[in-house]
Amino acid sequence: MAVHSEGVGVKAPSRTPRGRVPGGAGGGNTTTPSPPAPRPRRGGRGTPLAAVLVPYLLVTPAVVAGLVLLGYPLVRNLMLSFQDLGARQLIMRTTEWAGFANYSRLLGDAEFWSVVGRSFGFTAVNVALIMLVGTLVGILLNSLGRAMRLVLSLALVAAWAMPVVASATVFRWLFDTQFGLANWVMRTLGFDGYEQHNWFETGASTLAIVTLLVVWGSVPFVALNMYAGLTTVGTELYEAARVDGASNWRIFRSVILPVMRPFFLITTFLEVIWVFKAFTQIYALNAGGPDGASATLPVYAYIQGGAQQQYGVAAAISVLTILILLVAMSFYFRLILKQEEEL
Amino acid sequence: MIQARSRRALGRGARNLLALVLAAVFLFPVYWMFSTSLKPAGAVLTPEPRFFFVPTFEHYGTATGVELFWTYVRNSLTVAVGAVLLALVVALMASFALARMRFRGRRGLVLAVMMAQMAPWEVLVIVMYMIARDADMLNNIAAITVVYFMMVLPFTVWTLRGFIAAVPRELEEAAMVDGCTRFTAFRRVIFPLLAPGLMSTSLFGFITAWNEFALVLILNKEPEAQTLPLWLTQFNTGFGNDWGATMSAASMFTVPVLLVFVFLQRRAVGGMTAGAVKG
Repeated sequence: MAVHSEGVGVKAPSRTPRGRVPGGAGGGNTTTPSPPAPRPRRGGRGTPLAAVLVPYLLVTPAVVAGLVLLGYPLVRNLMLSFQDLGARQLIMRTTEWAGFANYSRLLGDAEFWSVVGRSFGFTAVNVALIMLVGTLVGILLNSLGRAMRLVLSLALVAAWAMPVVASATVFRWLFDTQFGLANWVMRTLGFDGYEQHNWFETGASTLAIVTLLVVWGSVPFVALNMYAGLTTVGTELYEAARVDGASNWRIFRSVILPVMRPFFLITTFLEVIWVFKAFTQIYALNAGGPDGASATLPVYAYIQGGAQQQYGVAAAISVLTILILLVAMSFYFRLILKQEEEL
Repeated sequence: MIQARSRRALGRGARNLLALVLAAVFLFPVYWMFSTSLKPAGAVLTPEPRFFFVPTFEHYGTATGVELFWTYVRNSLTVAVGAVLLALVVALMASFALARMRFRGRRGLVLAVMMAQMAPWEVLVIVMYMIARDADMLNNIAAITVVYFMMVLPFTVWTLRGFIAAVPRELEEAAMVDGCTRFTAFRRVIFPLLAPGLMSTSLFGFITAWNEFALVLILNKEPEAQTLPLWLTQFNTGFGNDWGATMSAASMFTVPVLLVFVFLQRRAVGGMTAGAVKG
């Protein structure tokens, strides 16, 4: 099912500023407004050898790049995770095998498990907030007049365009202990204890600010894409539903949700990956501190490697991180592979 | 009738108000960054924030006055543009094969592309350091460009594949009936239709490379081989952070991306997932 194929396809190559492209198949009485997907077609019956080789030639550079630049480091990383590697071994370039020592040490460590739990909680809260707020803002965009829509989307684009390194720096400035705006706002609102309040004093409040930063920076992507997707639904559908007396919630559930299903699936998938992997936001705000209390798995691995110089342990953490991510995402892989068969 | 209309007008008013509030919320950090960067030194570190002041460019002078500033700029542009161009060429070939051709191992490859997208690069930094050291590639701009290329490649392949799949096959076939080879059919028919996809993927790739911090920090210790994200962190002295200079550096770091975004916005938005969602 094509969600935004109007942006790509030939049927409506130029989206007007108003952006309303009637949704394909026509009429408000169908529930599948997207144009019919192209039929799968089998090529290459009785084709010469050269033609059989073409797809392989085309994918070769990508495959080679992947094997050399990602596959090889991953294998090396796996090997490292079974080694006892500290600063000394790194400098002397010696290899000391440690068997499963790094893993058993981690798996028996309460701190590791609390980092795992924190990573999951952090990802769940952030992705839920991003999807919820993003969807609502997207719907709002779709219901605004032209001028207000432009104002809001420009603000969203500005937040979206801000590089993470820059926005993390700005948030650190906003929440500065001495001269931060946040403390001034709290004082002005009449709250006590915000003279020199250190927002990064505890892991929980550090993570709350990270969440603010991540959600603020991620909502535009979801909202603007949601809006772009909604323009393909076509107004007739809503109007037909409204004439039938459907409530807003009902319209969302029965009209928008089914049409936007692929959008929700893919966006949630991407956001889960991006949030789970989030590094710069957390590291730039407080380096996972205080005392590792705001570290999620990638930050924890980085701290173990960088500051503690426990490279073997850090490698084991990263292997476990990758495994956890793979297991958590396997549901999506199945879904997308299934979609793949329909191509 | 009149009642319904006034209720609708009220609804519109509430929506507009909500939109204004949201716009202010999303813009605020951007505004605060720019306004701090323009404040005179005495107006930055004040317990009461100053909202009105005579703007000055002194912090911009501090930020750009750093030794090797133009080297950072050149390095950042080189790695970001280089990584994106490399990724586009490699990804176009691969995604065309994945979207249009049937071959053994195709499904496995699609799965590999998705998995590669999940690679947590920051946790691979030790291995990357060891590999680069052994290959004598530390402090090497070309090496870091190639790493960034790999960071953006999976997303680029995945997105472009979706865009290509969304172009109706009939177009390509018609061109081939008219005497085009498969390659010229691609170049004349599909390629022009991919413009939004190419733009949104290059935008994404550019930002990833423009932003990258952890790897370049470890791999390129020499200032000559560093990039702008490291420049951003330079204004933290033993006496505390020079917030004016930091914010002007952050502003200058943001402006190019902001301009590209505003310029491409209409085409790029929607494109980001259009490709990923696939036709």
